[in-house]
Amino acid sequence: MPHQQRRRGTRARAFAGTAAMALLATGCAGAGGTAFGGGDALNVLMVNNPQMVQLQKLTAEHFTEETGIKVHFTVLPENDVRDKISQDFSNQAGQYDVGTISNFEVPFFAKNDWLHPLDTYAEQDTAFDQDDILEPLRDSLTAEGRLYAEPFYGESSFLMYRKDVFEAKGLTMPPDPTWQQVAALAARADGAERGMKGICLRGLPGWGELVAPLTTVVNTMGGTWFTEDWEPRLTSPEFKKATRFYVDLVRKHGERGASQSGYAECLNNMTQGKSAMWYDATAGAGSLEAADSPVKGKIGYVPAPVERTRSSGWLYTWAWGIQKASKKSDDAWKFVSWASGKEYEELVGETSGWADVPAGKRASTYDNPAYREAAGAFADVTEQAISRADPKNPGTQPRPVPGIQFVGIPEFTDLGTRVAQEISAAIAGRQSVDTALATSQKLAEQVAKEYR
Amino acid sequence: MTTAVGTTPQSPPRPPAAPRPKRPGARAWATRAPLLPALVFLVVVTQLPFVATLVISLFDWNSLSPDKRAFNGLGNYASVFTDAALRESVLNTILLTAGVVLTTVVLGLALALLLDRAFFGRGMVRTLLITPFLIVPVSAALLWKHALYNPEYGLLNGTLSGIGELFGDTDPAQPDWIAQMPLLAVVAALVWQWTPFMMLILLAGLQSRPAEVVEAARLDGASAWQTFRYLTLPHLRRYLELGVLLGAVYIVQNFDAVFTITAGGLGTANLPYTIYQTFYQAHEYGLASAAGVVVVIGTIIIATFALRTVSSLFSEEANRA
Repeated sequence: MPHQQRRRGTRARAFAGTAAMALLATGCAGAGGTAFGGGDALNVLMVNNPQMVQLQKLTAEHFTEETGIKVHFTVLPENDVRDKISQDFSNQAGQYDVGTISNFEVPFFAKNDWLHPLDTYAEQDTAFDQDDILEPLRDSLTAEGRLYAEPFYGESSFLMYRKDVFEAKGLTMPPDPTWQQVAALAARADGAERGMKGICLRGLPGWGELVAPLTTVVNTMGGTWFTEDWEPRLTSPEFKKATRFYVDLVRKHGERGASQSGYAECLNNMTQGKSAMWYDATAGAGSLEAADSPVKGKIGYVPAPVERTRSSGWLYTWAWGIQKASKKSDDAWKFVSWASGKEYEELVGETSGWADVPAGKRASTYDNPAYREAAGAFADVTEQAISRADPKNPGTQPRPVPGIQFVGIPEFTDLGTRVAQEISAAIAGRQSVDTALATSQKLAEQVAKEYR
Repeated sequence: MTTAVGTTPQSPPRPPAAPRPKRPGARAWATRAPLLPALVFLVVVTQLPFVATLVISLFDWNSLSPDKRAFNGLGNYASVFTDAALRESVLNTILLTAGVVLTTVVLGLALALLLDRAFFGRGMVRTLLITPFLIVPVSAALLWKHALYNPEYGLLNGTLSGIGELFGDTDPAQPDWIAQMPLLAVVAALVWQWTPFMMLILLAGLQSRPAEVVEAARLDGASAWQTFRYLTLPHLRRYLELGVLLGAVYIVQNFDAVFTITAGGLGTANLPYTIYQTFYQAHEYGLASAAGVVVVIGTIIIATFALRTVSSLFSEEANRA
């Protein structure tokens, strides 16, 4: 590849130039070509979820104190963080040493050689205890036999509901509900309190927003995005049935402004008593049970609703990946090992409460009596949901690539988002589900062509 | 803005009224030389990236599969003009720009006429009216999305239920503003933000009206409407043109409002948003660059007219001086 060689040449020159200028300007050695400078500071790019924001607060006082390694954080919303990480890692720009990636990116990031393999580090770092990491997560962060990321927290999805409201209305939540039962319950819980809707489901366009819960409904109702040999199936009866079910449910008994509501808006609705049920990420439970939450202790948790499969919860983890181009991979591992380690969980438990612990990644978390006491309401349901998740076989038919709430191909970020825009318009009542899916099928066909 | 008397217009379209005496080359260069570093700097930081964009736009390049990068000539441009989503975003951009610009000009003119009169507290009112323009665009968009439009806790629906309660209506209408009129929701937020801009330009125009002419019209018994129709409006024509063109150039590029209020959903994606999506989510560097080049060409066409208007304004001012 003459191209790449030439690019590497210019990059080396540019780097040398930048370094020389930095040396001249600051007189400190080893300033890399980052925009942030700082001799040995790590640059970490992460998503703005509460657990990460907390990590940011604790880093200087604990991690930097112990190791002397300064950390610069860049914190962005989910969609933006993905875009920025893809850009930085795909160009191997090296601006960020560590980024929050997920089990979605690991397979193709690893294939493109953008990530630093971590198995050697993990083996040498006995205190880290790699075997303590839950197996589905370990598997989903491993590509081609090597480990490429360490989970910060893992999540699946489940159904959260207001026990007190159900009791007052005389409703019973079955221990393993089906979607039909949930729809009936949503109709009866609608208007249970003033301004309360039956259920909250995401409707905000985005492959990581609306598409995630919708795809789990599609899976359990027998649909799939693609057949094993890359035939798109978005207009199949099963896919249509599932989408129509989802759209009807959210239009009839879902939150107001559904086409603009994502995870954050639903969490807000649930916390403010505007929704009786919420089907979403298990990570939401930590926020609902937080010390200052008005609904703390009022929420019940049951597994993700099913129709034709045994379980339907998704598998997702925010994990630390170290960029291949990083010059500070040793320091980066120290940070990853600290952030994903047992001690950090203890630290969060003691400083701000066990409900805030970045859980769902270690078996030891669920054996910890202090954690069980705080998260008892959802600890077991969460662990069960994560360990039941099977990304290789999430539905009723074989799949071309692994993934439960997504299709594990790089094109899915764009495809998923465009399809979400169509379905979000159906939720807003601007077009029919059939029209939305017909348009989506064409988009999926264009992607599938590349793989056949 | 309009009092820059004596600035030389940049490349005037018409030959200047008075032919300049020709200066010898050496002296000309002596005056130009100090400007050269700035010029070189400008070329390096603005033109080189654009050339790079032009080059990239000729490649089929998806950053997620770096090994498959290949030259494909004008293929990306063909895709830009045939892709349905991009065509729709062109239409949205036109609707958005035209809607916002026309509304802001009318509102801005009305406000400017009001502010042109002397009344108690005029400075205060003017400051308050300018404020929306000073707010960071993305904050303004967030404010509209959550504080005003939100169907659960937004001010609009809160006001509706407040009015409803006054009349004993227990179940007042609570529209889901963004879902029911997505493009209009974006337009309204932008109008709020850009009206002050138009108002400022037109106010400057109004205040440059020769007072004696207005006085003469009043003595001749012209009604207020006649004065406005035959004196004020012709005088303001250039300022209106300037406002429309500058406004159009800015609004065509608007990204924040679409990104924040609708996330490009519900058929509101405009060109900048679609380019963002192509580049950041589809990682199609070539296609995004091609779309970007097309937008730049479109904007240059608009901007050319804008610059002409500005320079004719300047030459007028200069003549008057």
